[in-house]
Amino acid sequence: MSPDLFFQYLFAGITYGSIYAVVAIGFNIIYNATGIINFAQGEFVMLGGMISISLLHFMPLPLAIASAVALTMLIGAAIEILFIRWLQSPSVMRMIIITIGISILLKEVALHIWGESIRSLPYFYGNEITTFSIGSVHISPQVVWVILASAVMVAGLNLFFKSTPIGREMRACSANRTAALLCGINARNMVTLSFMLSAGIGALAGCVMSPITYTQYDSGSALALKGFTVAILGGLGNSGAAVLAGILLGIIEAFSVSVVPLAFQDAISIAILLVILFVKPHGLFGSGDAARLKDF
Amino acid sequence: MKRSIKCLALGGAACCLALSTMLAPAWAGTVKVGAIFAVTGPASFLGGPEARSAQMIVDEINKAGGINGDTIELIVKDTAGHSEKAVSFAKQLIEEDKVVAIIGPSTSGESMAVKKIAEAGKTTLISCAAAEVIVNPVAKHVFKTPQKDSFAAQMIFEEMQRLGITTIAITAGNDGFGKAGKAQLEKMAPTYGVKVAISETYDSKATDLSALVAKLKSDVSIQAVINWSVVPAQAIIAKNMRQVGWEVPLFQSHGFGNIKYAQAAGVAAEGIIFPCGRLLVVDQLEESNPQKARLVQYKSDYETKYKEDASAFGGYAYDAMNMVVEAIKKGGNDRAKVRDAVEGLENFAGVGGMFSFSPADHNGLTIDSFAMMTVKDGAFILYQGK
Repeated sequence: MSPDLFFQYLFAGITYGSIYAVVAIGFNIIYNATGIINFAQGEFVMLGGMISISLLHFMPLPLAIASAVALTMLIGAAIEILFIRWLQSPSVMRMIIITIGISILLKEVALHIWGESIRSLPYFYGNEITTFSIGSVHISPQVVWVILASAVMVAGLNLFFKSTPIGREMRACSANRTAALLCGINARNMVTLSFMLSAGIGALAGCVMSPITYTQYDSGSALALKGFTVAILGGLGNSGAAVLAGILLGIIEAFSVSVVPLAFQDAISIAILLVILFVKPHGLFGSGDAARLKDF
Repeated sequence: MKRSIKCLALGGAACCLALSTMLAPAWAGTVKVGAIFAVTGPASFLGGPEARSAQMIVDEINKAGGINGDTIELIVKDTAGHSEKAVSFAKQLIEEDKVVAIIGPSTSGESMAVKKIAEAGKTTLISCAAAEVIVNPVAKHVFKTPQKDSFAAQMIFEEMQRLGITTIAITAGNDGFGKAGKAQLEKMAPTYGVKVAISETYDSKATDLSALVAKLKSDVSIQAVINWSVVPAQAIIAKNMRQVGWEVPLFQSHGFGNIKYAQAAGVAAEGIIFPCGRLLVVDQLEESNPQKARLVQYKSDYETKYKEDASAFGGYAYDAMNMVVEAIKKGGNDRAKVRDAVEGLENFAGVGGMFSFSPADHNGLTIDSFAMMTVKDGAFILYQGK
């Protein structure tokens, strides 16, 4: 393989990986606060893209994205308050089934509002064919935006969870809900907040990736599946690890194309995931001790 | 006494009269037509416009007083793209609703699943799906309106011969349309002296294809790419090819005939060559074109009513519904007569082309139903060659 081709695959892999990673981060927040996987996470990504595209008719791009993120956060909060908040100590399985139901509901609503056609935001910089060239290797500026967005998200979340009072309260709820309640933390509000936060992050992800992947009412589920894989691969609950795992998975997928037909791409990535989970059941960067304290 | 009898008789007569006028509309009756479309689900880009187009015709006809005084009732069933739902809906329409004919389904897989049921129920089925196997071999009651896939492949290869292209790559979505098209292309390529260097399928939900493009580009013998799919990936592949500065011609299937895909690919769509029905370039057609009046009517009616671009997909159902209407005019509410009337249609100007059915041909179109097109300044135009 020539060096040029090697780097072209590498950058293709980073493109895939950054998309997976940016979706995976959203899974981790709700997992951290509630111990459940929110299967409607992909729909938050779709909603962010769709709302920003619709708002773009009335306002400039940065404002449209900011409003889409804010609106999706409100939707996230509304969903938590309507469907989850009033449940008396729900089981993990029940909450997961509820999120699957919400995912279907959001998809159908989106189909009725936006129809079945594909839409996309314009490229933030340049147009569809603008690329930065490094030697003979080309990379789209939008990919840089996606990587930048995931970097900012990871850094911001770390800061939020480690050094703000609310962030610490959320972590306390996740570590031990009863103890957190005894310390006077309102655990229900923390769960609402985690839904808002992950909805906002999903929406931002949906906006930055929309020019690359396009947005359609049902584009969320496929993205969520990959994002979920990556979240597990990195170790649930760890956003930095999700980014590394995402880029790793993307690169593996890209290079797999060079040796086997593209149709086997997913089979390869899932096979690798299985192997890793056999060897390291808590993900590449997860800790076994911490995982034993969780429900699953 | 006499007087009271007279009164009674008068009253009775009046009653009869009143009753008869009340019953009159019921005697004229309704003709039921079934429609099986994938209005939601992954094939909703087909089923959505199809259901709306068919409903539009029915609304217009009923508003104008129906056919020979009969109103038409269109019963639309949404399969969400599932064959098993299509099968149970077809049975329900034939056995319970007693429809005179069925239009749809939207996809080839569903149409093949329903084919036998229409045959067994002796009910005309006009499919809106592309695969050739739907009407080949011919089944007595099964017709289809979209152009054959093989016409599209044939046009692409003929254009390649003109351009002197001998080595190509084929990419296709892993859905029914992509797989059937890929097989067709691989089979036909040798007859046109074209060698297929690489042939790949991608997931229909693919979000980026730059690794695939890197692989294709590394084979320097490839002079052109044919992409065959109906999913957003057809805009993605165009974008990824131009991003790495790969300037070989990109041919697409008739599945690209939706301006949304060209808009999504933006400048990367410029120069894509693909065969499609003439609906997309209706403004550029000459007045003498026999299809022109029908195309203009469909486009303006649909776009005024639904405030969205008319697509070739909706056109498939528009043609199917118009054929059924034409057949009901001749055969009334009689399944056998309606079937014969559909098979007897000749030089029927549709959105998809000029249809002439015969007992041996239940598609009724020739290769002229396609025209070669390209994208220029974000719009579809007739392709004039290089």
